[in-house]
Amino acid sequence: MLLRHTPKEITERTALTINPAKTCQPIGAMYASLGIHGCLPHSHGSQGCCAYHRSTLTRHYKEPISASTSSFTEGASVFGGQANMLQAINNIFSVYDPEVIAIHTTCLSETIGDDLKQIKKKAQDEGKIPAGKTVLGANTPSYVGSHVTGFASMTKSMAMLAEPKGKKNGKVNIIPGWVEPCDMEEIKRLMRLIGVKSIMFPDTSGVLNGPLSGEYKMFPEGGVTIDELKSCGDSCGTLALGEWCSADAARWLDAKCKVPCKVLDMPFGLAATDRFIDALRTVAGVTIPEEITLERGQLVDMISDMHQYLYHKKVALVGDPDQLIAMTEFLVSLDMWPTHIVTGTPGKRFEERIRELTKELPYEVNVKAAGDMFLLHQWIKNEPVDLLVGNTYCKYIARDEDIPYVRWGFPILDRQGHQYFPTVGYKGGIRLLEKILGVLMDRLDRDAPETKFELVM
Amino acid sequence: MATATATKKKSAQWDPAEVKKELLAKYPAKVARKRAKQIMINEALGNETPEISANVRTTPGIITMRGCTYAGCKGVIMGPTRDIVNITHGPIGCGFYSWLTRRNQTDAGPDGENYMTYCFSTDMQDSDIIFGGEKKLERAIQEAYDLFHPKSIAVFATCPVGLIGDDIHTVTKRMKEKFGDCNVYAFSCEGYKGVSQSAGHHIANNQVFRHIVGENDVPKEGEFKINLLGEYNIGGDGFEIDRVLKKCGITPLATFSGNSSYDQFASAHQADLNTVMCHRSINYVADMMETKFGIPWIKVNFIGAHATAKSLRKIAEYFGDQKLIARVEAVIAEEMPAVTAALKEITPRTEGKTAMLFVGGSRAHHYQELFTELGMKTISAGYEFAHRDDYEGRQVIPSLEVDADSRNIEELEVEADEKRFKPRKSAKELATLEKAGYRFKDYDGLIPDMEKGTLVIDDLNQYEAEKLVELMQPDIFCAGIKEKFSIQKLGVPMKQLHSYDSGGPYAGFKGAINFYQEIDRLVNSKVWSYMKAPWQTNPQLSATFAWE
Repeated sequence: MLLRHTPKEITERTALTINPAKTCQPIGAMYASLGIHGCLPHSHGSQGCCAYHRSTLTRHYKEPISASTSSFTEGASVFGGQANMLQAINNIFSVYDPEVIAIHTTCLSETIGDDLKQIKKKAQDEGKIPAGKTVLGANTPSYVGSHVTGFASMTKSMAMLAEPKGKKNGKVNIIPGWVEPCDMEEIKRLMRLIGVKSIMFPDTSGVLNGPLSGEYKMFPEGGVTIDELKSCGDSCGTLALGEWCSADAARWLDAKCKVPCKVLDMPFGLAATDRFIDALRTVAGVTIPEEITLERGQLVDMISDMHQYLYHKKVALVGDPDQLIAMTEFLVSLDMWPTHIVTGTPGKRFEERIRELTKELPYEVNVKAAGDMFLLHQWIKNEPVDLLVGNTYCKYIARDEDIPYVRWGFPILDRQGHQYFPTVGYKGGIRLLEKILGVLMDRLDRDAPETKFELVM
Repeated sequence: MATATATKKKSAQWDPAEVKKELLAKYPAKVARKRAKQIMINEALGNETPEISANVRTTPGIITMRGCTYAGCKGVIMGPTRDIVNITHGPIGCGFYSWLTRRNQTDAGPDGENYMTYCFSTDMQDSDIIFGGEKKLERAIQEAYDLFHPKSIAVFATCPVGLIGDDIHTVTKRMKEKFGDCNVYAFSCEGYKGVSQSAGHHIANNQVFRHIVGENDVPKEGEFKINLLGEYNIGGDGFEIDRVLKKCGITPLATFSGNSSYDQFASAHQADLNTVMCHRSINYVADMMETKFGIPWIKVNFIGAHATAKSLRKIAEYFGDQKLIARVEAVIAEEMPAVTAALKEITPRTEGKTAMLFVGGSRAHHYQELFTELGMKTISAGYEFAHRDDYEGRQVIPSLEVDADSRNIEELEVEADEKRFKPRKSAKELATLEKAGYRFKDYDGLIPDMEKGTLVIDDLNQYEAEKLVELMQPDIFCAGIKEKFSIQKLGVPMKQLHSYDSGGPYAGFKGAINFYQEIDRLVNSKVWSYMKAPWQTNPQLSATFAWE
């Protein structure tokens, strides 16, 4: 047993987090920044933060992740990091020549009280930011929120680049939230099919799913451009996917630039995708093309074909709030039984929303925000499940408890495919279902006695 | 810089002076001056090598390979020890990123204590930053104790802990006294200390030495007892080294810190010889153990089949036991045929190829042994976090300047332990060995082993890495995960020598064979020939088809 010290008996913990179901804000800001075209993310802190975030993102995407750091020493920690950041800005533009530097803070620079705005102004005044280049920033102290809120903060900082000219641009802002590059591509495909012109931010497609061609592009083709971001204050509306990841940016544009917004769930599964497509229809005032209705029908067809393998199967879930909300709704719609649900990201609203989505079930779900995977494991020991869904760290629970397991979320360090095969939209729903059925049916095959071993399933 | 292309055409020659000039060309003047001192064209002058600048700050904004002090302390040194509950005191990230990501293997047996699969953190919130985190830390230690009753709990400081002034050492001391049966101690390894991971190694080793080594006097059985210092069991290296040592009849008592346990550290003072693998991360522990307990130390290297054989002979020669010497020769004779057979099969495909190594504080040196065995030449190498002595040899240590960043890393004052100090050899025995050419506490560094005209580069960064590959066209590049894919995008295979990608072990005899096979796979993989589609290599249309 790899988690051999985890007891079944649950005792209250008020100070010790064990096996976290979240990580810190800066990595979310770094991931979001990579969704800006020509952007070098910059970590204002000590070297380790940047090294850890780059390593984790690299292991998840199997792609180069370029990002720089202010390389704080003890001296900078005492006297402030302004000198380090000014030097960094100068060096970055001289050596790497990005279009954009997106700075995020860390627990170190926040604790000593470095003021990003003031440092940026000083850099500007000293001529360290070349003409036409952009420097933006987000405050992401690691002791607040989680990687999810860090992503949301940087996304909001992107929205704050809006420079409305007062003339509508005929586009819809789409804020996809922390999804995979292929998910962003899939959302854009759906919007193209429907005929909605859009500005998507952040957009990591074309950045973190690049080709191998003998050429290294430090700044690949993808990503939202600064011109697009400037123009997003003139868009007809904003669709924000995910309350946790995307709503802040959308609401800011609504309040400051009068761009009306709609906050939707992330379009994972049937019902959430239905709402997303319907929202696009309303925004664009068009009829939904037959192609999309066909995709929807294919997902419904697969659910009906395979319903017997899903019915009343218990599921444990761990991940980020927006993803878990959509996934819980999807599982309920499949007549599966989400049983234990944990996110590390704080927020009571998450628990309320999950309770709302599961209120028709004949039992009360275990749900916890600001929880950890140690608690999830203990819940599983007390009430075993048929399926586990979560990031790579779940493999230890899955092995110890012998539970069929689908990797979904962040980070995935030990399997491929998440960069390339979307799980949003109807086609993504089919992909999710394929993965769930794959592990459930592999288990049936593994455990079937010879007399009951089935050819046709 | 935004785009670079490595053509597959081999450049026949490169001029190191030109390469160096190119590397520096784009830097602002101040950065160029600093980097010039860290980029050295090797003159191959042995111990009179010119000075290289190392263990100095990375310039802000330059994309470095380096990590931080916490990573060196909690991740590298304490990470591989299985039965200590390691609590990170800080916001959640640091604990999360150092959770199971270094491929340190461990063997706790079916029932042994093993907390390496767990991540423990106080997950500090803004209220803890404002009001202080000591109370939360105390509760966290109590909760860990109540849940697991471990023999030891360690606490690791992250950046904000030092800034807000949490006194972690007082908290841990109080909890140790309260529990009575659990050793609790702390590491002041805030990420901003020092200039790289190296400071963290030092902080970790100091505390292990201060709080654990010497705690267990219950005699350990075994002949020819040694410790292995600076071996972290990445990909199972330590398992292979232990296999070979045991086969020779040598008793590996403690490894710092691959596949280690608390008790190994606590009993390590009972060994009769310390062998040092990674000089950078731990040579000072070897010195302190010699002063305190009387254990001599030697530098060894188990990376490379011939280096392994040499190290085994060196250990046997120290003990001077004829049976041991004969046993070591018999083991080498038994292990080498498989090595020779593998090389005979593989070297025709690797001979004459070139490598670059930028990793660690010893691996950029040690792994050159394996490349040499494959008939490959290392054309450029350097460390991520080493000091001058790792480049130039230990003779420079007395002349090393202590700068502001090193001064805050504690140096322990050590004296002979009244009860436990015991000279392992008499002065006469030591003199006889040394007279016969035996070298104690000796390391010549990387530079003397590299050829004239090769480039030695400290703290290589992403920009320079890309330039080097473009200009010098190596057949393989070795560094870490952050560097892996930018190099491979250029069409050059990249081998991770921190975590070994998914491979290993590469130490010892069997490890060497694994490595030969791995490098053969990498440099001869068909994938590197797929970079261009047929219509890109031959874009001209010679005829048009008319489709009906």
